[in-house]
Amino acid sequence: MNKQVTKQMVNIEINGKKLQVPQGTMVIEAADSAGMTIPRFCYHRKLSVAANCRMCLVDIEKMPKPVPACATPVTDGMKVLTHSAKALDAQKGVMEFLLINHPLDCPVCDQGGECDLQDTSMGFGLDRGRYHEPKRVLRDKDIGPLIATEMTRCIHCTRCVRFGQEIAGIMELGATGRGEHMRIGTYVERAVNSEMSGNVIDLCPVGALTSKPYRFHGRAWENIPIDSIAAHDCIGSNIHIEVRRNKVMRVLPRENNGINECWLSDRDRFSYTALDSDDRLTQPMIKQGDDWKAVDWPTALNYAVEGLKTVINKYDARHLGALVSPSSTLEEMYLLQKLMRGLGCDNIEHRLRQQDFSSDTASGAYPVLGLPVAELENLNAALLIGACIRKDQPIAAHRLRKAALKGANIMAINALDYDFNFPLAEMLVVSPADMLRSLAAICKVLMEEISSSEMPDGLSAILAAVEVNGTHRAIAHHLKSAEKAAVLIGTQAMSQNELAGIRALAGLIAESTNASLGSLSEGANALGAWLAGAVPHQGPGGATVENDKTAVLAKHLMACVLLNVEPELDCANASAAHDVVRHAEFVISMTSYMSENMKASADVLLPIAPFAETSGTLVNGAGDWQSFNGSCTPPGEARPGWKVLRVLGNLFELDGFEYLSSDEVRDELKVRCEGLELSPSGPWRCPSLDSGDGGLQRIGHLPMYAVDMLVRRAQPLQDTRDAIVAAIYLNAATAKRTGVANEDNVQAVQGSCSVSLPLVIDESIPDACVMIPVALEETSALGAAYGVIDLCK
Amino acid sequence: MKHFVQFMKSLFLLELLKGMNVTGRYFFKPKMTLRYPEERTPLSPRFRGLHALRRYPNGEERCIACKLCEAVCPALAITIESAEREDGTRRTTRYEIDLTKCIFCGYCEESCPVDSIVETHIFEYHGEERADLYMTKEKLLAVGDKYEVQIAQAREQDARYR
Repeated sequence: MNKQVTKQMVNIEINGKKLQVPQGTMVIEAADSAGMTIPRFCYHRKLSVAANCRMCLVDIEKMPKPVPACATPVTDGMKVLTHSAKALDAQKGVMEFLLINHPLDCPVCDQGGECDLQDTSMGFGLDRGRYHEPKRVLRDKDIGPLIATEMTRCIHCTRCVRFGQEIAGIMELGATGRGEHMRIGTYVERAVNSEMSGNVIDLCPVGALTSKPYRFHGRAWENIPIDSIAAHDCIGSNIHIEVRRNKVMRVLPRENNGINECWLSDRDRFSYTALDSDDRLTQPMIKQGDDWKAVDWPTALNYAVEGLKTVINKYDARHLGALVSPSSTLEEMYLLQKLMRGLGCDNIEHRLRQQDFSSDTASGAYPVLGLPVAELENLNAALLIGACIRKDQPIAAHRLRKAALKGANIMAINALDYDFNFPLAEMLVVSPADMLRSLAAICKVLMEEISSSEMPDGLSAILAAVEVNGTHRAIAHHLKSAEKAAVLIGTQAMSQNELAGIRALAGLIAESTNASLGSLSEGANALGAWLAGAVPHQGPGGATVENDKTAVLAKHLMACVLLNVEPELDCANASAAHDVVRHAEFVISMTSYMSENMKASADVLLPIAPFAETSGTLVNGAGDWQSFNGSCTPPGEARPGWKVLRVLGNLFELDGFEYLSSDEVRDELKVRCEGLELSPSGPWRCPSLDSGDGGLQRIGHLPMYAVDMLVRRAQPLQDTRDAIVAAIYLNAATAKRTGVANEDNVQAVQGSCSVSLPLVIDESIPDACVMIPVALEETSALGAAYGVIDLCK
Repeated sequence: MKHFVQFMKSLFLLELLKGMNVTGRYFFKPKMTLRYPEERTPLSPRFRGLHALRRYPNGEERCIACKLCEAVCPALAITIESAEREDGTRRTTRYEIDLTKCIFCGYCEESCPVDSIVETHIFEYHGEERADLYMTKEKLLAVGDKYEVQIAQAREQDARYR
């Protein structure tokens, strides 16, 4: 359709300037493309046209009255005057009407200095008011911990309402009443709860909706915007970090049509609030006996080096291990693996939430998205496996939503009944144990016309026992008939016990339907971690490494290096990871924050800078290397992680640690990654379907506001409804069967770990499953995120 | 002849008498100088001296942390940090004027929408160390409290010309 439109160009004239624009363009778009500004409030290029503010009235030849430029399509030979006496008169009139009910409280308004109404009134407003009657005053609404309201300032442009309908997909704000009585609100008093809700702050042309954490803290003109990359999901949204006097004041989206357009998820927008959290580590510290002593860098680094050397001499280098957060920068990961491998050990791991490493023997299987982020909206069909995409990658969900609204069939197989903000063609909620069977059933439909001899090894045997139902057929049909399709393995599936099997079958489904296979990986830099070699079985740039194939955390580690990791919160098997670290003789924790657990288990704490304060590179799922500079200097003695690792390398007298900037590290790695083919799937290995016995299965859902150190400390995010409460969630039937239905508090037991939590009956949980979220303080004493669990009173 | 006139002038001390005439005239005229600090010149209501932060009659500070004075200050002498007070109003948590930077242009006073930051008639302040010339919010409010009557009077006098 687009192609047709671009062919039919029409000639128009705006303010005497001749333009050729595609037919169907609105006058305001044509003027914008020619760099001529028409004042506007309700028009936004990413939203539908409402034409209710009337600010963009322009004079068009042969039209008796001024017409709104945002809702008038161009026609051939149209002559537009944006500054004629008629147009200016109309614009001034509209401006005066808008200001009638607008309070003159610019000095206390947070929008002051970046306000469309303020700017426009400079050009089109009268210098004095002619309205002396009382102004309308409205009661403010409490719509949650992220957005502050001042409804008296509202000019009813309805951008926020249209954002909810068209972009966020849930209509949370709406307009009631007409004219003078029109109100923007939530109908009933409740919080706006979208994971993208922060965007209405940017959209609001006046100060009616402003940021609550930033409320009254600064002015737009004092902040210096610094380009950066959001560090919480594999999309890599482009952001501006606004800094004043070496302090991050707020985060705003930076437009990049290939990635996040002009939107930003709340997690990326508000995670900065954790930067001045009380538990920031600002001094290197070493443990002496049971006390922690703040020391200077040389002392701490030498202590760390001595500690590691002692362990290496006592055991050997293979008893070292390094755990790194998947949201660390590429440079940190590369230097850490270089350090570990330089010391003679390959135990470095970023896949902390993964439990099944059996596909590691295969080369490849990179956590790539499989297609550019922008391409998601052009899919005709997509199958999501274990993906709470709306919460985990809100920008990707928005792209898929666009595809769904264009008629794409989006399907999901999840262990929980996740919310989607777009219609799903098919939806399966199955227990984690049944997930493989469902995928196998889809394979069976796809393989119906293929003789068993042509099938991959062992497949025919497992398919024989699989039952197929209508949903499986429909999913297979949609994928097969789609022109562009994708199979995406979600973040929540990464912790599942049968990840290798899920990968294999998803790969098979993708292959036989000509769909692209991809992962929505955890953290901001999972792909970067693979490229940098932060996995035990692969070096940087895909170099093969001889390895004993045991998972890092399953080894008996005697010394641990943690990079922005809290093992009891960041690992799939919380208690096991915590035990490994606690039993290690020497633990170096490079971290931005300290916790009681860290103090109990670590021997050296090295303060490093989080994403906003360090330079680095993040590689998103689509394979875009996005570098950024530090936006401010870290507090106290904290230093960028790559610098600390460089000095550690020097102290160990290892070769190749003479970097002067993080760019040099990146460039070195980039050369090693040249020509590397990032295949999403490894060679075929037939999964076994008889996993899962009759017992209760835990579903360790990863809440969106618990994904990393920073987010867990961002108080405004923790106050939202998306911050899931630690509890035992199960359906009424399962509760009855296990005999805990009438209890308030239930003991959850996994092996030797147990924890007592409140019981919540939730009918969306599959039978024989118990949902206990991971990455929360209260559940950190439990074992594997997915696995057998017992409940008792 | 020229020499003769010169001789007569110097003989009768004419130049001296001329000079003494001027001296005598000023000697008996009313005096221009003041015996500072006992005597002072009158100050214009627009005089721009030491800064003060004012309060409303009910004791509430006027400043609403709009930061216009900080933005307009050509010497970058003003530093403001703001936050939401418990009652939900916009207030400064830090308001500092570095008097060693200030050039007393009066723009801050001019830009203030609530007549909070003002320049008083005080010009004889001193500091024994640099920090004394760093006016904090407390110091500025104290100046305002002490000289409120004088400040209000000056604004009153000047109001009709604004």
